[in-house]
Amino acid sequence: MQKSLFLALAGVTGIAVTATAWAQNAPGGNAANGKMLFEHVGCYQCHGFAGQGGAAGPKLVPALEFEPFALQLRMPRQLMPPYSPQALSDQQVADIHAFVKSLPGPVNRANVPLLQ
Amino acid sequence: MSGSDKQPRIERRQFLKGAAAAGPALAAASLVSPQAAQAAQTPAGAAAPATMAVREQHPPGTGQPLAPGYVVGGDHMTDCLRALDIEYVASCPGSTFRGFQESIINYGGNKKPEFLTALHEDSSVHFAMGYAKITGKPMAAMIHGVVGVQHASMAIYNAFGDQVPVYIIAGNLLSEWGRRPGAEAAHSSTDQAQMVRDYIKWDEQPTTLRDFSNAAARCYEAAVSGAPGPVMLTADADMQEEAIHEDHKADLRLPKIGRRIPASADSGTVQELATMLCNAENPVLSLDRYGNNDKSIPLMVELAEALQAPVIDTRGRMNFPNRHPLNVSDIGGPYLRNADVVLAVEPRDLFGMVMALDDEDVRTPRPRIGQNTKVVRLGISHTSQKPNYGGSQRYAPADLDIQADAQGTMPALIEAVKRMAKPNFAARGERIANQTKNLLERAKAEAAYGWDASPISTARLCAEIWDQIKNEEYTVPTETNFLSSWPQRLWVMDKYYNFLGRSGGWGVGYNSAAAIGAALANKPHGRVTVALAGDGDFMMAPGVIWTAAHHQIPILFVIHNNRGYHQETMHLQRMANRRNRAVTTADIGTTIKDPNMDFAMMAKSMGVYSEGPVSNPVDLRPAIQRALAVVKRGEPAVLDIVAQPR
Ligand code: HEC
Ligand SMILES: Cc1ncc(C[n+]2csc(CCOP(=O)(O)OP(=O)(O)O)c2C)c(N)n1
Ligand SMILES: [Mg+2]
Repeated sequence: MQKSLFLALAGVTGIAVTATAWAQNAPGGNAANGKMLFEHVGCYQCHGFAGQGGAAGPKLVPALEFEPFALQLRMPRQLMPPYSPQALSDQQVADIHAFVKSLPGPVNRANVPLLQ
Repeated sequence: MSGSDKQPRIERRQFLKGAAAAGPALAAASLVSPQAAQAAQTPAGAAAPATMAVREQHPPGTGQPLAPGYVVGGDHMTDCLRALDIEYVASCPGSTFRGFQESIINYGGNKKPEFLTALHEDSSVHFAMGYAKITGKPMAAMIHGVVGVQHASMAIYNAFGDQVPVYIIAGNLLSEWGRRPGAEAAHSSTDQAQMVRDYIKWDEQPTTLRDFSNAAARCYEAAVSGAPGPVMLTADADMQEEAIHEDHKADLRLPKIGRRIPASADSGTVQELATMLCNAENPVLSLDRYGNNDKSIPLMVELAEALQAPVIDTRGRMNFPNRHPLNVSDIGGPYLRNADVVLAVEPRDLFGMVMALDDEDVRTPRPRIGQNTKVVRLGISHTSQKPNYGGSQRYAPADLDIQADAQGTMPALIEAVKRMAKPNFAARGERIANQTKNLLERAKAEAAYGWDASPISTARLCAEIWDQIKNEEYTVPTETNFLSSWPQRLWVMDKYYNFLGRSGGWGVGYNSAAAIGAALANKPHGRVTVALAGDGDFMMAPGVIWTAAHHQIPILFVIHNNRGYHQETMHLQRMANRRNRAVTTADIGTTIKDPNMDFAMMAKSMGVYSEGPVSNPVDLRPAIQRALAVVKRGEPAVLDIVAQPR
């Protein structure tokens, strides 16, 4: 989608407003519910169950801060499909964020001969 | 039919007319003495018949054997395949070629060509694709009249799109005279190649045995010449079953194929191209359907090194060593954008090489090259394209279009470039090498994410396999993009047979079947074939592993089991999100679970060693080890790996 058109749309649907509002008060998230949602709403499809990334999407670990994370969901930078507030409430986004934050980082390569 | 004019053939109708007039006695007599039959309907003293339609000679139920002194059309057809050096005939049997099949087995001794039992016509053609990508030679796929063609059509489309020579032989019952009602009638056609003519290079339907060898040769030539591709030779059942007197068999010529020298560019053009490349500040080599044999890669390395230019391997074939310092395939974007000259080598689709189109709701082509980039196309891979199907994408012009075989042109081009090489090339090469030297390290760092995850990460899966085959000669005959291209990122790939490119028509079902054909071709070389097939791909034709078991074709067959048609799950997700509807339903109709498939059990049911489902990454290593031991014994082994989607 062309960026200008997208921004216009975002304005109409109030997405941009929501994103700004978040900047002030990020809701606390429930990681267990976030895990369920991560799989249920398709994040795993492109980012992997472990947020490790792959051909269809970048790795999510280490997690972005909440604001850019939420902004990416509402107004993806590029090819990621958008998740509107209708599809995913602010609280649900916060839950997913909490889950992504809880994901382990990379394995310590020093202990993995195949990765040395 | 006899090649001799002094030995007139009894035309089938004429013979029947005579037989009907003379009654059953004549039919019986003709078995013992074809001359008697001839005598009954031709003037006294006429010569012996050269051929007879066997069907009339032996009406069903009479059980009379072929008269002594006669051979059959199928024998001649078998000789033709042998003359064309066709080693295998992959086939799901059908009565429209029973006369040919029986000849291959009993007359030819089932050696060169040898029958490969396939469980679907689509598999036969895909086997032939995998085989041809290793050997450069066509394998025959013998398919039943009409219905076999229909089944085979997608694989034929793949072969056409991928420019792989496949020699398709279709049975038929051209004459309605002797066709029985029911299946025989339904499996006959006046022009069955019409179904696939948009995506085959040539087809023939000879109507006499005399014409068969020419038709067979012409098809072969079309399959392997220029941009290769599939061809279809229709072998009429009556001709297969037609009797020929032994005295006349020698009159039927055999096809002869001479040496082929591909067209290379003339010296002036080579000089012009070399000048462009050497005068360019930032030349880029972009390779598609180039690497087809053991000379391809060494030549391209020589050219790239002479120029010290970056190389993008689009992976339409194995084109360039993945660890070469000039290989920028995974970081090619900036190189293309800054290029002043792009040499597009054997591109099937030039548009896709120089333009991108993202999956957005308003789609605007995005140039991948700069405004002033000059594009030179060197190759013939676009020349077999036909209208109607979209394989060639949008039209994209080249500034200079050199319609010559790229590999054939390579020696002269290398020499010309070397003559004009400039001292500053070395610095360019160093800059590139600086950018590529960390790629492996970066890949390993990324592979560390999700390393211990279950389902198993595709990086872990590929790293574990590599660790156990890294000292082998090997082939990955399957596409790797659904595995996030980890083999290209983690392994060493530098032989043309290390990787075989893509399906050509994006028709799912290619990978699993083509892998078996490649493994067959690898068998005499002792190479390990490692198929990495999607669960969806595998389920399009799971019977292919039975063929591997039956024919003792060694292959490590790894199923990348993400329990679904994952590519489509993502598409559905995109649609739902875009439409701002439920985002939780993308699994409906796109996943293969509930119940889960048990691929190991499926493999066992076909006599194939198997393990799985393996979902704990620590179980991978021993499972691969055991499976490889089976493969080393010369047998197939299946591993069902429950893995991350990409
Ligand atoms: C169809 C594929 C797809 C799906 C589904 C998807 N993403 Fe993405 N995601 C992407 C791509 C591609 C990017 C790269 C940026 C872009 O294209 O917008 C991305 C980027 C991101 C980023 C930014 C990462 C960074 O470091 O810049 C975050 C965070 C993210 N996605 C989270 C999510 C979450 C959470 C979900 C589920 C609610 C999700 N994504 C669903 C494809 C997807
Ligand atoms: C004959 C055919 N049918 C359907 C498709 C659409 N399609 C493209 S990729 C894909 C999924 C294939 O499943 P699998 O091999 O398991 O790969 P995955 O995407 O799950 O990794 C499908 C169905 C196709 N390309 N060809
Ligand atoms: Mg799958």
